Formats: sequence, structure tokens, C-alpha cells
Amino acid sequence: MGTFTRTLLAVAWKDLAAEWRSREILSATLVFSILVIFIYNFALDLEVTLQSDLAAGILWVTFVFAGTLGLNRSMSMEKDRGGLDGLLLAPVDRSAIFFGKMTANLVIMLVVAIVVVPVFSLLYTINLILPGVILVILLGSVGYTAVGTLLAAMAVQARTRDMLLPILLFPVALPLLVAAVKATAAFLSPSVTNSAVPWLNLLIAYDVIFLVIAWLVFDFVVEE
Amino acid sequence: MIQVTQLSKRYGSRWALRDLNLEIPDGRFVALLGANGAGKTTLLRILATLLHPTSGHVTINGLELPQQAPTIRRTIGLVTHLPLLYGELTAEENLRFYARLYGIERPAARIDALLELTGLASRRSDLVRTFSRGMQQRLAIGRALLHQPPVLLLDEPYTGLDEEACRRLDGLLRQVTSQGHTILMASHDLLRSEALADRFDVLTRGAIAASCDKPSLPPGGATAFYRSVVEMG
Amino acid sequence: MDKTPRLLLALDILAAAGMAGTIGLVFLYAPIERVMGAVQKVFYFHVASAWVGMLSFLVAAIVGVLYLLRREPILDIAGHAAVEIGLVFSIIAVLAGMTWARPVWNTWWTWDPRLTTAAIMVLVYAAYLTLRGGIDDPERQARFSAVYAIVGAVSVPLTFFSIRLFRTIHPVLFGGDTSANMSDFSTDPRMVVTFFVSLAAFSILFVALYWHRIRLGQLASRVEELKSSRED
Repeated sequence: MGTFTRTLLAVAWKDLAAEWRSREILSATLVFSILVIFIYNFALDLEVTLQSDLAAGILWVTFVFAGTLGLNRSMSMEKDRGGLDGLLLAPVDRSAIFFGKMTANLVIMLVVAIVVVPVFSLLYTINLILPGVILVILLGSVGYTAVGTLLAAMAVQARTRDMLLPILLFPVALPLLVAAVKATAAFLSPSVTNSAVPWLNLLIAYDVIFLVIAWLVFDFVVEE
Repeated sequence: MIQVTQLSKRYGSRWALRDLNLEIPDGRFVALLGANGAGKTTLLRILATLLHPTSGHVTINGLELPQQAPTIRRTIGLVTHLPLLYGELTAEENLRFYARLYGIERPAARIDALLELTGLASRRSDLVRTFSRGMQQRLAIGRALLHQPPVLLLDEPYTGLDEEACRRLDGLLRQVTSQGHTILMASHDLLRSEALADRFDVLTRGAIAASCDKPSLPPGGATAFYRSVVEMG
Repeated sequence: MDKTPRLLLALDILAAAGMAGTIGLVFLYAPIERVMGAVQKVFYFHVASAWVGMLSFLVAAIVGVLYLLRREPILDIAGHAAVEIGLVFSIIAVLAGMTWARPVWNTWWTWDPRLTTAAIMVLVYAAYLTLRGGIDDPERQARFSAVYAIVGAVSVPLTFFSIRLFRTIHPVLFGGDTSANMSDFSTDPRMVVTFFVSLAAFSILFVALYWHRIRLGQLASRVEELKSSRED
């Protein structure tokens, strides 16, 4: 197994094992997500059976907001322990560290999705558990955690750390959000004119572009 | 051998290190003395490859910074006042994690040995966040020694330790010294440094102002030496 | 500080002349559009400003890449300058777009891809400045700014495509009619001339302002240096 993969898996495992012991991020994110879903219900006075466009929108806004919680926390924990120093001291590729952390963030985001999607489906009597929707959640989460991990690594070093990540992340994640919402809606009510394909293409393009950028640029973020 | 020539580091318009020169032969234990903010941490972080110098030349065991930084990382271990350990993992899991990062073969034996050395074998399956600060520091030294680096860098390792913990740390460091590592320790605990080190370098205003071998210390020891340098400069 | 170089002075004059010329052409030469009326003239300023906004972004990203490779402080100053100027012109573009939208489509906002992208650019620029503001160490500030400029610049075209895709699939505007497309109006060759003149004038203005802003940045860092050497 190459050093890169070994490092990636070691870092991801370390993050997930530590998170599993305390479950801080998971519980906070889950509670937050459920709260957001409830708040939308009251704020928008939603009907019991939700139409697909609205459902897709609310679902993804929930993921995006809840996602920032996890991203923030996972980087703050590193910073409070003395930064990434322990990892940076090791003779490993910096991008492997990035992908390790990103993988952990991705797993956490997907675990949250596994809980949120059925709950949402129940509350609003709309079946979200479809293969297409799962695909979109996977692709969307990959792109979101790629950019999010990169930006969190920077945001956590600023004075305004907690507020900064959403400010940096949301404008840049917009194409991802639009594509994910439209693709989800397309899978929820498929029709000839309402194809998910162009949106999936956009999602894949976003993912690939930002994975490459993050891989190229992470070194510059952590090297002092 | 650590060789530092005309090393400078600036932060914006402030020079933390200015034309610093330093040479540490193999196997020596050098205490780096200096006030807070003198630049000790900056120097150690540069040597640990965590910080890029603004200018100057650093060679560690013939390897150059920053070009050969990844290779140099195999040869150095760093202990700061933050233990760089993960509280939610056990002592053993922490060491196993770092062993994987360093690509250590047969990690189990090495981890056992280090847990013995640091006196933490009985607590190996306990979460690090339940450890006292002194225990965390000792484990941190274990972490730094995992890959058997010839060079060990210590940045104020005694910070926040009570007397008992300090004595234990002393014992551990004495054992480590006897294994032949080259050690550079930044500390403003002059008495402890005097007991362990065989050379004393004083860092003021970004450069090494004076250096003294243990046998040549004035009466009054390292304390007197340090005071004399600081008062003169 | 050195005197303003002659080339920059010439550029200033050219920029001023360009803007005066544009205003003249827009109000005196270009015809009043049939459907939308006089307010359509905002279009010239809207598009030219948006163009400068996007140009600034590209410059900021390129300079960012260069900074990460070369680490010269002037590249950081150049990046910061590009973002500041880009922010101003993007805000102008958005305001102009809104001014145009209100009388014509009876709404302050249309989800026109260009207008929306301009608004997103404002947000990304503002985020860049917020990031800069939160980091004290100048070297780290420069590095992070460069990285974010690159990330932001890459995301903007993706945003544009996503919204354009959104619009082609959903051509009907909420509460408006289907002609709510900001490039839908009858064109006259005089409009084309005016358009390109405005584009050129704004571009020259950009270069002049940018150069001035970089000089300002260099002056500021010189002041910082003098201040700290005085403290030693």
C-alpha cells in the first residue's frame, strides 16, 4: 500500500475513531439538521405532502448548513491540539493529510444523511430514498467536503474562525447547491423535460475540478 | 550534526531571528536559553521543518532545508508544550497512529518499548484526555521517539508540570540522552537545564549571543551565565 | 514616494476621456430603445462594470497563482487591489442591473445568469476581504488570500453555468413575463458602437485605477516598514 493511501486511511481512521468516542460532531449535526427541518415546516407553513422542488431545496439547505458545523469542528479540534503540527512533522504527503480529513468529513456527512433522509421522508410523506437521490447526495457531499475541508483549514486560523467558514464556503458552493437541488428534484419527479443528466454532469464537473484544486493548493495552506 | 548559518525569519516587519548561527555536533545536549519572545520557538520550528526561514542556511545531518525537508522529517522528533496527541484515543492508539504515519515496521514491539520507557505501560488502553499533563508530556516524548530520530527538539517541555512530573520527565530525558540522541532543548528553567545539558546557548534579539560548555560555566552555574549575557547585551 | 509615472498620468487622462466619451455616446448618440425606453441605457454601464468585475477576478486569480509560486509581496498587493476594484465594479453592475430591472420588468431582481453571477461575485469578493481581515500574520494572509482568489475565480464560471442551465430549463420568470431576458432587446448599430466604446473606456479605467491602487498598496507597506524600524 503506497504511503499516500496509508496516510490517507490513517488520518481518516484517526478522525473517525476519535469522533466515534465522543460523537460530538455527529450529535450536534444531527440535532441541528432535525431542527432546521422543523423550522422550515413552521416558517414556510408547509403542507403535509411536499412537492419535489421544495423538498429538494429544503433537504440541501439543511445539509449545507449542518455540514459547516462538522467542517468547523473537525478542524478546530486539530487546531486546539496544536494545529496540524503532529501530522506535518511526519514524512508524509500533505495532500494525503487533506484527503484523509476530507474522507472523514465525508463519512460524517453521509452518516448524517442516512439519518436525515428517512426522517425527512417520514415527516413530509415524500419518498426520498431513491437510488437517484442517493447518487446526488454522494456526489454533492464529495464536492462540498472537498471545498469545505480546504476552506475550513484556512478559516480555523483566522481570528473570526467560527463565522468565517460559511462566509467563505457558501458563495463558492453555490453551483454545487443549485446542481444538487435540481438533480434531486429531477429524480423525485422525473419527466422528459426535467432531466437530471445535465445537473449530474455539473456536479461531477464541480467535484473533479475542486478535488484537483484542493489537491494542488492544500500544501500552500499548511506550509508556513 | 545541526548546522545553522545566517538564519533569519521575519514576520511582516518584525525580525524574529536575525543572522543566527548555530552548530550542534552529534550527541550533544544543548540548552537554548532566552526570554519569552526571544525566538526560541521560531528556531525550533524551523529546524523541525514546520516553518520556512526568510533567509539563511540550515543543514541537519548533511540534509538541507527546505529542499530536503521530507527526508529530514525522518531524522527529527519534536516535543512542544502541546503534546500533539488525540485526547479521544488511547495512548496505544495514538502511538499506533503515528507509527502508521512514519511507516514503522513491526510497530507493536516499538510501541511496547516506548510505553515501558515512558512509564505508561499500565495506562496504555486509557484515553489520553484522562492523563495528567505530566503523563501527556511523557507520552509526547514517546511519540517523538517512535521513528528513532537522531535529533530531538524540545520546546519548553516542563511547562505546566508539577514538581513530581518534572522529576519524572528529568529521568526520562536522562535515559534518552544516554541513547546518544542529539538534543536541543529550549527552556527558561535554568536549573533543570543545567542538570541535563552539556552546553548552554543564549538567544537574545534573534541571534545566539553566547555559548558555553558545562565545564566552563562560571560559579553560579547556568543562571549566572545567562544573567551575565543578558545584562551585557 | 516617486512621482506618478508619465504613463500612468497619460492613462488617467485617457480613462477620463473614455468615460466622458462613453457618457456622451450613451446619452447623445445611442438611440432610445423601443420597448424598454430610456432606462435601457443603464445596460451599457451594467455590462461594462460586470466585465471589469470579471476581469478583476481573473487578474486576482492569476496573481494569486503567481504569488504562491514566487512569493513576492507585490503580487499580494496586486491581488488585494484586484479584489477591491472588482468588488466596487461588481456592486455597480448589480445596482445598475437592478435599476434596469425595476421599470422594465417591475421587479428589483431577475434571475438573469449574468446579474446573479455578478451578485455572487460580490459575495465572493466580500468573503475574500473578510478572510484577509481575520488574519494578522502578513505572510499567511497573503497565502490564504491567493488560495481563496483561485477557489473563488474557478467557482464563478461554474455558478454562471449552473444558473444559465437553471434558466434554460425554467424560462418563465416568477411573476414576470417570458421576455425577462436581459439581452433581449432590439439592437441598432449605434448601440453596438456605444457598447464597445463603454467596454473599452471601462477597461482603461480599470487599468488606471488598478495601477493607482497597487502604488497605494506599495506605499502602505513602505509606511509599515518605516514604522517598525523606528520602533527597534
